[in-house]
Amino acid sequence: MRITCPYCGSRGSEEFTCLGNTPPARPADDAPVAAWVDFVYLRDNPRGPVTELWQHVQGCRTWLIVTRDTRTHTVAKVELASRATGR
Amino acid sequence: MRYSIINVLKQGLAGQKGWQAAWRDATPKPQYDVVIVGGGGHGLATAYYLAKLHGITNVAVLEKGWIGSGNTGRNTTIVRSNYLLPGNEPFYEHSLKLWEGMSRDLNFNVMFSQRGVLNLCHSDAQRDAYARRGNAMLMMGADAELLDADQVRRMVRGLDFQNPRFPITGGLLQRRGGTARHDAVAWGYARAASELGVDIIQNCEVTGFVRDDDRITAVETSRGRIAAGKVGLAVAGHSSLLAEMAGIRLPIESHVLQAFVSEGLKPWIDTVVTFGAGHFYISQSDKGGLVFGGDIDGYASYAQRGNLPVVEHVAAGAVALFPALGRVRLLRSWGGVMDMTPDGSPIIGKLPIGNLYMTGGWCYGGFKATPASGWCLAHTIANDAPHALNEAMSLERFARGRAIDERGAGPRPNLH
Repeated sequence: MRITCPYCGSRGSEEFTCLGNTPPARPADDAPVAAWVDFVYLRDNPRGPVTELWQHVQGCRTWLIVTRDTRTHTVAKVELASRATGR
Repeated sequence: MRYSIINVLKQGLAGQKGWQAAWRDATPKPQYDVVIVGGGGHGLATAYYLAKLHGITNVAVLEKGWIGSGNTGRNTTIVRSNYLLPGNEPFYEHSLKLWEGMSRDLNFNVMFSQRGVLNLCHSDAQRDAYARRGNAMLMMGADAELLDADQVRRMVRGLDFQNPRFPITGGLLQRRGGTARHDAVAWGYARAASELGVDIIQNCEVTGFVRDDDRITAVETSRGRIAAGKVGLAVAGHSSLLAEMAGIRLPIESHVLQAFVSEGLKPWIDTVVTFGAGHFYISQSDKGGLVFGGDIDGYASYAQRGNLPVVEHVAAGAVALFPALGRVRLLRSWGGVMDMTPDGSPIIGKLPIGNLYMTGGWCYGGFKATPASGWCLAHTIANDAPHALNEAMSLERFARGRAIDERGAGPRPNLH
């Protein structure tokens, strides 16, 4: 599996770490417990396309949003997390 | 027909013509008291214990491929009960006891070989941690022995004791642990369950559930609709997908774990050895192949195949521990899909729908748990309440803050 980092180009997946599915918005501090359980523990876990947060830890250390298929490991799209989230 | 020395002799004299099929390949009936989804070891064991211990024999096991075609046939066949936490250890120890009696109970040789499981330690701190774990195991009724480096040296040949980075300082040995023949486990449970009246239905994929308020009334399958009194899921690797059909989100990510077998060699490693400084475990099969594995690839996957960086990582662990492995050729490698949970422990129990139950979330550890998983799920289904052994493994534990986290890695499934 190769991931095309916007800064470093096409690199082997071993240079990256996967944090998991792009997390939903963090609940407010006073949100009900159920919202926090959902945020911390529950996962969609689809078979097919997923959007995930990856970090190029052994390269430029940038956080990326990777769209990938869990059936085939095909990487469809890589974007900078900062640009996609506006943070 | 019972398998016995008498019948072997009788059939030998009769030209081997009287043997029957080991189990019935059934066609689905319109209705069952209990439908188990998943014809691997866990599902077949559940059906067997439902029929044998709880008298529920109108049971179907639905398998989308052939029995044992999923993770039951994709593991490294290691059986052990060397856990630390009270929520885990009694369950796994019960499982090990069931393994010890399994061949006799099922009248099927599952080739359970108690050759020992040796976890090596490489520092004083790790030795302390193993001493603690061994003491916890002893207190909960399992067996454990702490070995020093000389005892390890006498037990296993070929280990690198000169490694300056990871010196072997000793190990934690569970002598009652070992390996078993994984296909025989599926077939043994299938045969015993089938004899008690359970229908084993292959090539029957579940495509949905028919719901009536808070209950599931039927299962939609590729072979038609089957009405069900209760439904049990035993589909680890794909639990999320089945639960989603019932409208339930689970705390599970599916990850791929690879395993490997080498060319056949003369007897060399007569126990199970695990590397304490990396994630690597190895044993030798009866055919002579070295069976070994390492860590998950680390990203969500349903592909049943992994990538090369992890192959390289496992190979590095292998030669760091056994330098002579560098000359051994790899025969095959394969991948299985694991249900990884946020605490590394399984989920056995009721789901938020009245008559739906599951066993899943097995992470790396499903094979050794096969008998107890089926035993506990059968108890939970029959009594509509968990047994003391699987009470702590409920789905609600996450909401209650009662995670069973052996590694203390926190709610990141790919770190367990």
